[in-house]
Amino acid sequence: MTGRDTGVCQATARVAGNAPAAAYRHLTLDAPGIAQLAQPGQFVALTVGGPTSALLLRRSFSIHRVDPAAGTVEIVVSDAGPGTAWITRLDDGESVDIVGPLGRGFTLPDAPGAAVLIGGGYGSAPMFWLANVLRENGFAIHHVLGAASADRLFGAELADPADELIVTTDDGSQGERGWVSDPLPGLLERTGAKAVYACGPMGMLRAVTEIATAHGARAEVAVEEAMACGIGVCMTCVLPVVGADGVTRMSRSCVDGPIFDATTVRWDAVAGGRVAVPADCLGAPR
Amino acid sequence: MSVDWSTSDVAGDDVPAVDLTTVDVTGVDLTADLGPNLQLPNPLMTASGCAANGKELHRFGDVAQLGAFVTKSVKRDPQSGRGTPRMAETPSGMLNSIGLQGPGIDAFVEHDLPWLKSVGARAIVSIAGASSGEFAEVARRLVAAPDFDAVAAIEVNISCPNVANRGLVFACDPASSTGVLRLVAPEVPSGIPLLAKLTPDVTDIVPIAEAALAGGAHGLTMINTLLGIHIDTERMRPHLFGTTGGLSGPAIRPVAVRAIWQVHAAMRAGRIPAAPIVGVGGVRTGQDALELTLAGASAIQVGTAIFNDPSAPWRVARELRDLLGQRGIPRYRDLVGAAHQN
Repeated sequence: MTGRDTGVCQATARVAGNAPAAAYRHLTLDAPGIAQLAQPGQFVALTVGGPTSALLLRRSFSIHRVDPAAGTVEIVVSDAGPGTAWITRLDDGESVDIVGPLGRGFTLPDAPGAAVLIGGGYGSAPMFWLANVLRENGFAIHHVLGAASADRLFGAELADPADELIVTTDDGSQGERGWVSDPLPGLLERTGAKAVYACGPMGMLRAVTEIATAHGARAEVAVEEAMACGIGVCMTCVLPVVGADGVTRMSRSCVDGPIFDATTVRWDAVAGGRVAVPADCLGAPR
Repeated sequence: MSVDWSTSDVAGDDVPAVDLTTVDVTGVDLTADLGPNLQLPNPLMTASGCAANGKELHRFGDVAQLGAFVTKSVKRDPQSGRGTPRMAETPSGMLNSIGLQGPGIDAFVEHDLPWLKSVGARAIVSIAGASSGEFAEVARRLVAAPDFDAVAAIEVNISCPNVANRGLVFACDPASSTGVLRLVAPEVPSGIPLLAKLTPDVTDIVPIAEAALAGGAHGLTMINTLLGIHIDTERMRPHLFGTTGGLSGPAIRPVAVRAIWQVHAAMRAGRIPAAPIVGVGGVRTGQDALELTLAGASAIQVGTAIFNDPSAPWRVARELRDLLGQRGIPRYRDLVGAAHQN
């Protein structure tokens, strides 16, 4: 069995850094196997509370960036409950069980051009690594970062000076007042960008999809569905996605995503924190 | 081959050379005895619905090294399952409301079973249906599969809680339990054991166990999840899209031990026919597996713990083996129901 190449690692990662980043924590984990394999858009799944924890389910985080040479994986964590709170309190030198890299990452368009990268809240975490890869492949990068308020923005200072950066906040406390999707039509018209990447809440992703499609741009979205396992066995993180055959299936965002071609997601089924099974979905209840 | 039982890093390109298929170097015999037609090299299995159909988990350990791999319950036709949210975390457990999402038996036979065979897994195929006739049809199509020789047993899931009509939980009623098994048994060649999976959500599980055995089950898998509800106190509505869900995880382990204990005790007393029990419910460690064994289980399934630790089935096998080694117990199967003697 030794040497089997499975493309994924389970490891006990040592915490190499835990720093504040706006309202979030920016963690650096020693996980060389994952750092060497990961691509932008993939994620990692962490246990919380140690081996006897009463919180059994893994918490999944989009990878902020990796340093293959240093063997480190970086994530951005929002304290949203007892599990993520435990992770935000990890000190340097402590250990955490980590699995990754998981899921399908972003794909690059065939021909270079302008690319628009949109992050809502800490959904921007994977976008700067993606920007680096796109820039190395000849793309011009236009970032749009948005959040409810200035303290919920992540990474405005991480954008490369060569890239354009637009910031929006709902309350106007930083950048333009409004939603992250507001500048998008003008930006797409001005730049002629045909590649859009977005990560954030479902409502934002749906708005981005509609605007991108109306401007003839192809959008890839990173969805955030509640996951129990992160590895494709629990079937909880599904959403309805149209396949190449035109058939809608309840697809696992952990293995078929988390990055989806935005037009394949059945946004019509998403509402109010729930996702319904479309009547035309394969195997839908009759 | 070097055998290192101490490591728990069962993953990626660092999968250790652990062979769970043979008697181990310390002399502990882990062989599981589930009747004349089901002898397994070790007692650890996956629990249905907690390991998909093998490919995903195989990235974390060799599924052929498990005593058996139990598949996700398959029905006749493709099933979308329910909308989301499909799960809620609960203290030491979780609620799930998947709704038996799956490809249907024909796609299972075409894609999943050949894969399980190709990696050398001993497959226990879990079947489900909305009627006893559907159970029988699923069994018939499974038996007709070219790769049926990879099937070590069939688990008949008469206790899935995630069905629209609670009246469809066959294992809540003795006559319905007998009815499903009676239709499935003639479809399956002798030599392929039928395991009836039971729910603890009944007034008395012993008559249900007796009814399943009377219908033709050769063994029993206990327990399925318990029915629960979680209410979102912010939105003031049920959290799960399907309202109710199945409770699993270490929180329900004492219920599993109780159910296994009661049924095994009835068998020992001669009140119902003796048959092997596959124990499942909240097993996270080798010690948990030992507890279910002492209550009367002849083999052990690991379910929700996989979500926490994808290498849990292999780790539990190692921990169980080490536990027996430390205690100087040479044979696992000697411990089945041992707590009833003391």
